[in-house]
Amino acid sequence: MTATASPVRQATVGEMIGMLIAAACVLPLIIIAALTESSGYAFHAVLGVLASAAAIVLIANRCFDGTAPVEPQEIDGKPNYNMEPVKFATVAAMVWGIAGFAVGLLIASQLAFPALNFDLPWINFGRMRPLHTSAVIFAFGGNVLIGTSFYVVQRTCRARLAGILSPWFVVLGYNFFIVIAGTGYLLGITQGKEYAEPEWYADLWLTIVWVVYLLVFLGTVIKRKEPHIYVANWFYLGFILTIAVLHVGNNVAVPVSVLSPRSYGLWSGVQDAMFQWWYGHNAVGFFLTAGFLAIMYYFVPKRAERPIYSYRLSIIHFWALIFIYIWAGPHHLHYTALPDWAQTLGMTFSIMLWMPSWGGMINGIMTLSGAWDRLRTDPVLRMMVVSLAFYGMSTFEGPLMSIKAVNGLSHYTDWTIGHVHAGALGWVAYISFGAIYCLVPWLWNRKGLYSLRLVSWHFWISTLGIVFYICAMWVSGILQGLMWRAYTSLGFLEYSFIETVAAMHPFYVIRALGGALFLIGALIMAFNLWMTVRSESAAEMPRVDEAPAPLAMAV
Amino acid sequence: MTSIEHKPARRSLWAKHKIFETNSIVLLIGVLLVISIGGLVEIAPLFYLKNTIETVQGMRPYTPLEIAGRAIYVREGCYLCHSQMIRPLRDEVERYGHYSLAAESMYDKPFQWGSKRTGPDLARVGGKYSDEWHRLHLMDPRLIVPQSIMPGYPFLAKTELNYSDIADDLRANRAGGVPYSDEMIAQAQSDLKAQATPDHPGQADLEKRYPKAQSRDFDGDPQRITEADALIAYLQALGTLVDFKLYDDKANIR
Repeated sequence: MTATASPVRQATVGEMIGMLIAAACVLPLIIIAALTESSGYAFHAVLGVLASAAAIVLIANRCFDGTAPVEPQEIDGKPNYNMEPVKFATVAAMVWGIAGFAVGLLIASQLAFPALNFDLPWINFGRMRPLHTSAVIFAFGGNVLIGTSFYVVQRTCRARLAGILSPWFVVLGYNFFIVIAGTGYLLGITQGKEYAEPEWYADLWLTIVWVVYLLVFLGTVIKRKEPHIYVANWFYLGFILTIAVLHVGNNVAVPVSVLSPRSYGLWSGVQDAMFQWWYGHNAVGFFLTAGFLAIMYYFVPKRAERPIYSYRLSIIHFWALIFIYIWAGPHHLHYTALPDWAQTLGMTFSIMLWMPSWGGMINGIMTLSGAWDRLRTDPVLRMMVVSLAFYGMSTFEGPLMSIKAVNGLSHYTDWTIGHVHAGALGWVAYISFGAIYCLVPWLWNRKGLYSLRLVSWHFWISTLGIVFYICAMWVSGILQGLMWRAYTSLGFLEYSFIETVAAMHPFYVIRALGGALFLIGALIMAFNLWMTVRSESAAEMPRVDEAPAPLAMAV
Repeated sequence: MTSIEHKPARRSLWAKHKIFETNSIVLLIGVLLVISIGGLVEIAPLFYLKNTIETVQGMRPYTPLEIAGRAIYVREGCYLCHSQMIRPLRDEVERYGHYSLAAESMYDKPFQWGSKRTGPDLARVGGKYSDEWHRLHLMDPRLIVPQSIMPGYPFLAKTELNYSDIADDLRANRAGGVPYSDEMIAQAQSDLKAQATPDHPGQADLEKRYPKAQSRDFDGDPQRITEADALIAYLQALGTLVDFKLYDDKANIR
């Protein structure tokens, strides 16, 4: 905009505080960058300086470019939704998703062809694997969750997102955390706990971002215009709150010094193991399940234009799910040095977890009642329903694998990897794809997607990829587990370890092929979304401005 | 969202759930209570039940060189393919040795039990192979094991170990409960040097502070202390501290 059209205004108190905090970070970060002996840490400090500078410029610019100090809550009696942060998170999710799938394909190929490690530090499997898991779970999944939660909470509460700068702080701050975490792994900065690899300073930053996230979400719920809090928001709230608790509990650490990126956790050995898998399994339970069930509870009924199947079921399975999930962590530690009583508790609750998990699946799939024909015509809905089928499949497989006798075979093998990917690709990624296919036309005010045929192609190519992936891992996992425990007739172990490694090669090739198909599917999706946004046609039919017709059908 | 309200008020349990659906703070507190129970029950007792960690002879904190090597083990993500946890199953005990005790990782920050065995378990790899084997195997795994799919780490032997702040590492460990003495922290730098240098006069003191510490040149280059020195020293120490000839299985049944 030109200066004449938008007179310069005074910064608000909030903007001043934001700029002051960012400015206050600059000097300490410069000192750290100058004094630390770790080049990776210095690099992160410099990134921090740049981010602070960018924050100051972006906030200051609001005073010049005509941004109102406070946007109206309503325009003409309709909520004035704040969708810009949602757009950013949606784009970020697609970018990180493709990056994360590509790194996954690389590390899968490294396991099949170890020459691809190139003998280099920053590209070897050990550093790339956390990059893959963090990129897909926290960067892709996290942006999907933040984006959709900001969308859903506004729509279902009929209220503008709470806060003025804070929604942007959450979205940008979270993605800054992703950059710090990801580049850190490549530079060898990790605390070595699976799915909690970022070091102490990244953890501290994430804690701040996450608390603001909770406040923005809660603030929006509190000022809602709807009497009831919609079920999706229970799941979002459960996810945000529990992740905060888990993140802090698992990452309490003593830094070696302010000038060192390294730290040592407060817990050690067996207690550390229990904390880690209490965190690790509930990262699955709350990040990858509760959060994505929230997505399901909004987008499936919306897309199917049907109310949620059962309101009572949603109550029961919500409370049961969050209560039981927390107990399931010890099933990652069967037959280890963790005391048996804890293992038994973990196994018992893991088996019970089957029921609330299927509660969610049933509630989602049965929402299609009376709209099953749409599966033929709407590939987006098909993707979401198949995601629920995969959710049901992997939440049956999970309790099965948590039984100690089964776990004795499956643990330490590729079966676990296959199980994770059935859930991650089939459930989490598919429900995310479905949600993003819905969101992009809504957010950019387009009639619909550029091409439903391309969605169909995406669906079939990536489904084939998932099938390749999980079948290869079932076979290799069970095969290797059996080979490890095979005895000759004379009572000797039949296979040396390396023989069992060599036997995995064909399955690793098939797995990489499956990953490649999944990546191709995502690239098709990105193209489709790009063309959707690029096509200039404004929506002929604006979206019905309503939350999914609730709940009541089966009460 | 209105259809519920138009329903006739029924005095059922379902109606009571309304408080959670209409008051976000109540919902927040409810969620917090429900998710706290499992964690408290499973984690808290591990800190006070005495039989959680077995009583054993021989466990000691890592030497400064070992802890520097451990940091490299963590940095390179070795735990993503190698477990350090032998389960009490027949084939594992035959393949790797006595099943792992909780006591053996009592000073491990973070624990490195792992969750995947793309490569073999390393809980008792100490003393199993020569330093020369490890040196070549880290440089090019396929030189030693043709079918191996492990990445090569030739850069470790070429990179000098940075141990200027090794005393701070020990101090941070002590803050988390690892019993490093003031003396150990004060001597951390010289202990590290002594352990990696052949015939260093400080080795006697090192061994007093850290019984069973193995001191020698690990990486084949006595002139320099490299990252390979530290990593091999750590690997050679794994599983060597508890003497299982003296350990009484029956005394620690849990």
